[in-house]
Amino acid sequence: MIPLEGQIRIPSGCAISAVISKEGRRMTGEKIIESMRPMHERSNGLGGGFAGYGIYPEYKDLFALHIFYDGEPCRAECEAYLRDHLEIVKGEIIPTRKIPSITDEPLIWRYFVTPLRSVLASRQLDENEFLARIVMHINTHLNGAYVFSSGKNMGVFKAVGFPEDVGEFYRLEEYEAYCWTAHGRYPTNTPGWWGGAHPFALLDRTIVHNGEISSYDANRRYIEMFGYKCTLQTDTEVITYIADFLQRKQGLTLEESASVIAAPFWSTIKRKPTEEQRLKLSYLRKVFPSLLITGPFSIILGFEGGLMALNDRLKLRSMVVGEKDDLVFIASEEAAIRAMEPDAENIWAPAGGEPVIVTVREGAY
Amino acid sequence: MGINYFYPEFEVVRNDARCIRCKVCARQCANEVHAYDQDRDLMLSDESKCVNCQRCVSLCPTRALKIVKSDCRLRENANWDGDTIREVYKQAGSGGVLLSSMGNPKPYPVYWDKILINASQVTNPSIDPLREPMETRVFLGKKPQSLERDETGNLKCELTPQLELSMPVMFSAMSYGSISYNAHESLARASRELGIYYNTGEGGLHEDFYVYGPNTIVQVASGRFGVHRDYMEAGAAVEIKMGQGAKPGIGGHLPGTKVGADISRTRMIPEGSDAISPAPHHDIYSIEDLRQLVYSIKEATGHKKPVIVKVAAVHNIAAIASGIARSGADIIAIDGFRGGTGAAPTRIRDSVGIPIELALASVDQRLRDEGIRGNVSLVVGGSIRSSADVVKAIALGADACYIATAALLALGCHLCRTCQTGNCNWGIATQKPELVKRLNPEIGYKRLVNLMTAWNHEIKELMGGMGINSIEALRGNRLMLRGVGLTDAELRILGISHAGE
Amino acid sequence: MKRVYVNEKWCLGCHLCEYNCAFANSGEPDMAKALRGKVIYPRIHVEEAGKICYAVSCRHCTDPLCVKSCISGALSIQNGTVKIDHDKCVGCLTCVLVCPYGAVAPGPDGAATKCELCLENACGSPACAAGCPNNAIVYEEREAAV
Repeated sequence: MIPLEGQIRIPSGCAISAVISKEGRRMTGEKIIESMRPMHERSNGLGGGFAGYGIYPEYKDLFALHIFYDGEPCRAECEAYLRDHLEIVKGEIIPTRKIPSITDEPLIWRYFVTPLRSVLASRQLDENEFLARIVMHINTHLNGAYVFSSGKNMGVFKAVGFPEDVGEFYRLEEYEAYCWTAHGRYPTNTPGWWGGAHPFALLDRTIVHNGEISSYDANRRYIEMFGYKCTLQTDTEVITYIADFLQRKQGLTLEESASVIAAPFWSTIKRKPTEEQRLKLSYLRKVFPSLLITGPFSIILGFEGGLMALNDRLKLRSMVVGEKDDLVFIASEEAAIRAMEPDAENIWAPAGGEPVIVTVREGAY
Repeated sequence: MGINYFYPEFEVVRNDARCIRCKVCARQCANEVHAYDQDRDLMLSDESKCVNCQRCVSLCPTRALKIVKSDCRLRENANWDGDTIREVYKQAGSGGVLLSSMGNPKPYPVYWDKILINASQVTNPSIDPLREPMETRVFLGKKPQSLERDETGNLKCELTPQLELSMPVMFSAMSYGSISYNAHESLARASRELGIYYNTGEGGLHEDFYVYGPNTIVQVASGRFGVHRDYMEAGAAVEIKMGQGAKPGIGGHLPGTKVGADISRTRMIPEGSDAISPAPHHDIYSIEDLRQLVYSIKEATGHKKPVIVKVAAVHNIAAIASGIARSGADIIAIDGFRGGTGAAPTRIRDSVGIPIELALASVDQRLRDEGIRGNVSLVVGGSIRSSADVVKAIALGADACYIATAALLALGCHLCRTCQTGNCNWGIATQKPELVKRLNPEIGYKRLVNLMTAWNHEIKELMGGMGINSIEALRGNRLMLRGVGLTDAELRILGISHAGE
Repeated sequence: MKRVYVNEKWCLGCHLCEYNCAFANSGEPDMAKALRGKVIYPRIHVEEAGKICYAVSCRHCTDPLCVKSCISGALSIQNGTVKIDHDKCVGCLTCVLVCPYGAVAPGPDGAATKCELCLENACGSPACAAGCPNNAIVYEEREAAV
């Protein structure tokens, strides 16, 4: 029997892509789907997905949970658990389109929820931490239910299939987002589980990632000290948790967290012009040595109001950035950017470990 | 004693066609095995005195000598092997406790040899350390749980004291007394050149070596030998020695014959008196007492130096380490049951404690389970024999390794395991001036530097093979390890999968 | 100029330098063949008294008494090395008497013999230094030459 995702660690190669409007202009999903077509060869049909930010403006103060269920009994059990902890403002099946290339779909539901104030107060937690624990609990303890998206005013859509088919399946042309990220997966075996597709998400943070990190178990065993459970054994999952830990729990800025994840070499730190920079960079390396990620990766971290793209410090994976007007494009290949915007300008390849941070104008999302 | 129960353990085999009668063997054997018979122009051997330290073999210019194990056997069987029988004879003759030196020689499993390391193929690239940066720098010490910012939002970049190592290996505690002045000088100079640390052991710090203070870890052991204000201030870190892998549960004993003027001054005890360290620290009968000593030392050194607590790997090590991690210690050093010693009761050395591999794995996991792994760094010792052992230890969860036997081998030690006699022909475990001078620190420190440099190259090669370019990404990265021929219980404790899984 | 220097602190009195010297100057390829059963005439000697020992060999003085006192012109300085021409030596041993270090000694054929730094034998550089197990004998350049 072939082990499932989470029972075994599955290396994979990938394609990633993203587009963001610095002005907060919302775009339908068609553009990002187009970007994945020229990178078809970078996936093998065993996983594709998208994350869109700004897609649920009418529910923007509510957490949107996207959940896969193996069957109705799982749904009943999970909904009972949700009701115990959250107020469910709306629950519905996520609309999909039947297409021949996407089959064996689980039940796919979404819920707009808010934590029950009473429960929140008794747990002495802020709502983000509370929600994160709910998600962690469902994903580790409720068999057959898997929360694959849990942020506000954003959503992840993923499936087993080629990414362009996944986009069609989820009818992404019907959603409008100011930021889209996309992922096509090339896993080295056939788990065939929808939850294993990417992006991976926790709260509003999503990660699409291309690479196979060599630091995985060092990262995993460290991050699991802080309540995270890496049930999927994938790089993307652990990177998401690291980003969440550094940014949400430790309060690091994006740049600071990039200096932990893709920490500059000691020799690079030594060459920094100011003592302040040297002190800060070595401090971050010394405090979070186990969150240094080595091995090849290019990641795009999406979050409410922006994104950050980052390569490993040796730049062992391709990643290019381009611009056009208020739009910024990031992809594994320039062809993907050209597919979105043939006239993209300023195309460049960020150096290893150099974060590319794009934020939407304050108030525009 | 009418009957001699002991046929010599070794035979000196001399090829007379090669022997040029240079007599270097006779001159260099402190055990007086070799002698020259002028009348017959013959080299003679008294094998009963031979400990097989191979000094004569190494110095014989014509390779006329070899030492072999005697094939005169007692009537052994699978239950009563020769050593066991001889030990009974010895005790029947002496009525005393058996003493031994160096590490446990018994055939217990060496888990390092049953663990294999991963390498990258296809899905991610291996990294060539000759072409790409490869980092082995390590910082030992407490990591903060949360970060602080000042009013303007800048990170407050202040850390509690840390030890910076250029590579994840240090020289473990060996006291001046158990080893010679020249051995200490070799270790100290090598540490300075390498950017690592050596450890005074419980014998104090010779006044000549204060200059190496920035690369010295000063030990406070149960006998408090040589502990005074300047000593504590001289070191880069202070280590509280609670136990030693070779002899958990007991103290130490340096015989008065080894306590000459220099050692007497360094240890602050009268010349010629036995230096006996008690089994426990008599101010530490419980974990809360340890906490007090840790903080006393921190106060005494102005909170400028990390405090290490060294313990022997015993059955309940995970819980003990957890207690130490909450005691204010910055670093825990764990010494496995194969660790060496200058002298230990044989029975204790050979049957007390547990293997360091299992101790390390369970301690690292326990500290993570409790969310306090960041409170302390973990240093492990007790027979780290090669760079591969270092890599495996780091991947199991250690921050750095302590080595001592390997360092002594670099200095010439041949593991004859008779340190307790004080007749070390290699000038290491002796205080006799004519023997001490055989270890020239100029040679010794270079050999140590060579050894560590070679290991560091190998560590980098192994890391590069795994696609890892910094040692911190290897620490605790147990996915990089697989077991071979291990039971389910062993694999579970080590936290690794079996090869093929 | 590089010379042989001996550091008493590290001399173990093992006498290996003497045998290495004798072998280097024997012209034989095998040490046992060269030295077994023979009296050796090394050009370096270990002096011992109690626990003190020290190897003595020629300093290659810049203004050597041996060269000055040689009655036959057998001793000379060539490129800084004090050398002896065995064919010219008449065996008067004046050089042995005048050398303040005791570094010249009679050889097997009655002629004086002394260290020539192994520059012309198979060794190429001093065999005593190369073979010293404790770096007590070194062959190096030092500023303050004797």
